Amino acid sequence: MSGEVPLWEVFIRPRNGLSHKHVGSIHAADEVMALQAARDVYTRRGEGNSIWVVPSAAITASDPDQAGENFEPTAEKIYRHPTFYDIPDEVGHM
Amino acid sequence: MYSQGLIGADGRTTESPEFLEAFQRRIDAEEKIEPNDAMPEGYRRTLVRQIGQHAHSEIVGMLPEGNWITRAPSLRRKAALLAKVQDEGGHGLYLYAAAETLGVSRDQMTEELLDGRAKYSSIFNYPTLTWADIGVIGWLVDGAAIMNQIPLCRCSYGPYARAMIRVCKEESFHQRQGYEIVMTLARGTPEQKAMAQDALNRWWWPSIMMFGPHDADSQHSDQSMAWKIKRFSNDELRQKFIDATVPQAEFIGLTIPDPDLTWNEAKGGYDHGPIDWDEFWRVVKGHGPMAKDRIKARRKAWDDGAWVREAALAHAEKRRARKMAAE
Repeated sequence: MSGEVPLWEVFIRPRNGLSHKHVGSIHAADEVMALQAARDVYTRRGEGNSIWVVPSAAITASDPDQAGENFEPTAEKIYRHPTFYDIPDEVGHM
Repeated sequence: MYSQGLIGADGRTTESPEFLEAFQRRIDAEEKIEPNDAMPEGYRRTLVRQIGQHAHSEIVGMLPEGNWITRAPSLRRKAALLAKVQDEGGHGLYLYAAAETLGVSRDQMTEELLDGRAKYSSIFNYPTLTWADIGVIGWLVDGAAIMNQIPLCRCSYGPYARAMIRVCKEESFHQRQGYEIVMTLARGTPEQKAMAQDALNRWWWPSIMMFGPHDADSQHSDQSMAWKIKRFSNDELRQKFIDATVPQAEFIGLTIPDPDLTWNEAKGGYDHGPIDWDEFWRVVKGHGPMAKDRIKARRKAWDDGAWVREAALAHAEKRRARKMAAE
């Protein structure tokens, strides 16, 4: 056969109130079949009540080699956390 | 299953010592490796081989059990068996998806299974002759698979470990429904009990062979252990399985078909008799009683499904074009 059946990433919302979470991927010719396949493969035991499917090719990912410059600087910015600031006990909970 | 997944794996790698050391430090620190991370070519190749063969095992494993769906003795058993076989299909798909994150395509893996380059677990090259076989497969084969797969939930490669967590959650039902079938037969008429014993006699040795060759003869283990693809040796896992299974057989009054099986107080485990490795290698290399049928069935499914895949793609293309025209 010509051409491979496209790959889709599957996201499932376990229950209302929680966000959709990536659970894996599946192959399907179009979005209708992708949803059907995702339901069969990833929700056989009540794993969720809502599914998103996204063409894998549509995802742009950050480069792991740049993880350092992307994410490490935040570790030094401790002033972004509430515990950085000293508030006298007398003021009470803030 | 995964011990056999390593059969044919090639961990050789040509990166610089500095690169390999840095990678090993990440592994030693129990950091998970994710798809786009830099990794030694040997690590990638070993995982593609192992995960692919693990996936093939799940898919081919649907065949011996599927053989009994229409003949299950009650609706309860039939519903359970259908669900189990569907699970195996799902497990195959989780695993193919994990392997694909390493840059191998699904079609490529399918081709390798169909032309014999990729292997699958030797256990599925044995026939399922009676209903009791379905019980024993759940109990022993899935039991052995669980033993193998639990440590894989901590495998250093993230997508494989995550797939295994899903698989392990689902697998426990497989083993329990199998044991329940065997227990029901063992407590039934003398003929039914004999059927259960006969199935145990035929599946015991193939099941303990599932853990793969003895440690001394296991060529690919050292590198896989160092890379934390593998966490326990074949013999360690086999020992755990035997120690867990013997009391389960005793409880339902069945006899493990190994006259040399004895409790070893000193090691706190059972000693077992010699394993027929000639048979093991024969079966792994595709000379098992059902090997030709299994591949024939997979090839037929692939070939017969070709028009469906083509039609689905053509339909998707037509819908896409229509949508574009409308916009």
